[in-house]
Amino acid sequence: MSLPNPPTKIVETDILVVGGGMAGCGAVFEAKYWCGGKCKVTLVDKAKVEKSGAVGMGLSACNLGVFTTDPDDPKPEDFVYYVRNDFLGIVREDLVYDIARHMTSTIKLFDEWGLPIWRDPKTGKYMRTGRWQHPIHGESYKAIIAEACYKSADEVYERVAVTHPLMDERVPNRIAGVVGFHVRDGTFYVFKAKAVIVAAGGTSLLYRPRSVGEGMGRTWYPTWASGSALAIPILAGAEATSLEFRLIVVRFKDAYGPVGFPYLLLKMRSTDVKGKQWEPLPDEAKAELSKIFFDYAWAKPTPTPIRTWVTVTNLKQGRGPDIMQTQERLPDHESLHVLFEDYLDMTPTQAFYWAANNIHPEKTPSELLPTEPYIQASHASPGAMWASGPADIAPPEYKWGPNRMLTVEGLFGAGDTVGGSGHKFSSGSFTEGRIAGKSAVRYVLTQAKDYKPTVSSDTIERYKEIVYRPLVWYHMNKPLTTTPETPHTNWYEIHPNYLNWHQLLLRLQKIMDEYVAGWGMFYVTNEYLLNRAVELLRMLEEDFRFAAAASYHELLRVWEVYHRLLVGQGVTVSMLHRKESRGYYFNADYPYIDETNWHVFVNARRDPKTGQWSVRTVPLIHILP
Amino acid sequence: MHYNLKVRRAYNTDPVSCAECLNCVKYCPEHAVDVRTYSDFAPLGARVGVIRDTKKNMIYWRIVFRDGTVHDFASPIRTTPWGSARSAKDIPPRTDLESELLALEDKPEYLGFPELPRPKQLVRIVGSPLKQTAGGGR
Repeated sequence: MSLPNPPTKIVETDILVVGGGMAGCGAVFEAKYWCGGKCKVTLVDKAKVEKSGAVGMGLSACNLGVFTTDPDDPKPEDFVYYVRNDFLGIVREDLVYDIARHMTSTIKLFDEWGLPIWRDPKTGKYMRTGRWQHPIHGESYKAIIAEACYKSADEVYERVAVTHPLMDERVPNRIAGVVGFHVRDGTFYVFKAKAVIVAAGGTSLLYRPRSVGEGMGRTWYPTWASGSALAIPILAGAEATSLEFRLIVVRFKDAYGPVGFPYLLLKMRSTDVKGKQWEPLPDEAKAELSKIFFDYAWAKPTPTPIRTWVTVTNLKQGRGPDIMQTQERLPDHESLHVLFEDYLDMTPTQAFYWAANNIHPEKTPSELLPTEPYIQASHASPGAMWASGPADIAPPEYKWGPNRMLTVEGLFGAGDTVGGSGHKFSSGSFTEGRIAGKSAVRYVLTQAKDYKPTVSSDTIERYKEIVYRPLVWYHMNKPLTTTPETPHTNWYEIHPNYLNWHQLLLRLQKIMDEYVAGWGMFYVTNEYLLNRAVELLRMLEEDFRFAAAASYHELLRVWEVYHRLLVGQGVTVSMLHRKESRGYYFNADYPYIDETNWHVFVNARRDPKTGQWSVRTVPLIHILP
Repeated sequence: MHYNLKVRRAYNTDPVSCAECLNCVKYCPEHAVDVRTYSDFAPLGARVGVIRDTKKNMIYWRIVFRDGTVHDFASPIRTTPWGSARSAKDIPPRTDLESELLALEDKPEYLGFPELPRPKQLVRIVGSPLKQTAGGGR
């Protein structure tokens, strides 16, 4: 491959949606509905929308279902109390309530489009596995939603990875678009828009995963979730919230198959290796845990961070790993099939793991293990960006612009991007995309009606140079090594002048695991470790000058690692700021929850000019009694 | 998956980033993609076959254990024909851009409520709503 000189393509639109996962598809659908012929909606995705995003593998439930007047169905208030407890109080209740009240129309749309949602044969209502979830046959979940999305969008750009936001050169703190490149043909893309909705993926692989060889890709949240949901707004100077509240889930060991179906639908229980039951959690264990977690330990269901903490403690004290007693609840062929089909629709590796290891779940139990930490805001954690709330219910402090606009003018978020809330899962992320979609249309047709992005051609050329630098650097320096060129990334190449994406990623994962409460440290850190991590991450960022990419594919990987690094910096400075231990980790210098002083949000922002982070404490306002 | 022009075969160009979503296996029209699971934790010998039939809207799996046990599974993937999903452009337009109601939510059967829910009692509690809030519990 010779030195790259790719063409530049400029795309002008009204509403640009970055990321074609569930949130992005929801945003496109709703934005187009309200735009009609008055504005243009463009979608950009780094993969193929039909199977992109976290739901691209399939899924076995809409984990957030309908809320209706039916006495059997939950009400939005119920859901807010659930999320409040699950996040140990750290929640934007306005955002959570807002999603719940719009869920029914989303589920009905999915049903109409052809998603096989299980129904109760007697009542005809959507079946429930827990309080909120509807089980589905979801192998094609994403493909079905993508179909409606493709048809709704005015333009779809696939295999274009967005690397940086473009800021307006006339109006301060105003997004003007984004830049990126085509991962196959290398074309440089410049998107200019009146509003940008970031609906990209949360952060996997920021921490060292449990498998580090070929199995590095078998993380719980998919590998393609590279933190762009957070990094693109962070690069624009938007404020983040609760980044220290990372997510660690207990999953089947190695294959990372989810445990929701076994616990909720099949009513399985888990024990430690001595046979003592820990899930469902016995009352005497809750009494003990309430010394650390106060009333949160008594919440029903037990908050995810507490259940994770139980498994971590069992491991640390030699009673682990916890074991799912599958054989107790698989009496017949049918129940075994329900279990296998659940995983084949969603996490096929779980079925292969059993097959490869000769584990017959109807006879043999399976080991559970806590994962490495993830940063995202669609599951059981609130860490992402700070967003303006809905006009009718958000407290004034949480309202500075249109619903779901971040702290940068014209920049909106949905799904993994919008922090302080969570438990959106697939269907709630789609719903939040819809909320952001309508909000962005209102903004574009009223407030931003006369706005025209100002971006100079010098800026475009400068970004082009930045984006392709790792390719250029590789070709300039390649002759200086005697290591032969290989068709794939050579993990073990030794070169004095550059680092490939895999080397950069492994350094990042080692720092995060060992200094910022990864699994290798049993999720414990302290101020010394965090301060050292800040230094090490800064040097890693400096080393991106030496990042090298042999192909457009490797160039994609380099920028994904850079996005992860920015999220990692935010996590570290946020953890340093919070002088207590709340979430899925313990700061050994403050090893307790401090409700009096730290029932607050910790918000972090990176200055786009200097790269310096600043952190502030923000009052936490509950809107329900 | 990239295509190797010389041998005219596709290959996994980046195995450590592979999440085993299996879409390459499902979508290959020749059913030519063979997989084994990760060397980190999976002993060899198990096998998988999958056919995703978009005419019958079913997916068929065969899982063969290392010890030879065979399991066959079949699940529906969709209840409507491919291409039939109604897009935003197919829904009758409304003009209430200022309202909080989303597409179709002007109809109570889509909203689930007679009108858009708002909390019965909107309060303002700054800080902890817990009764027991003393720090240093551990």
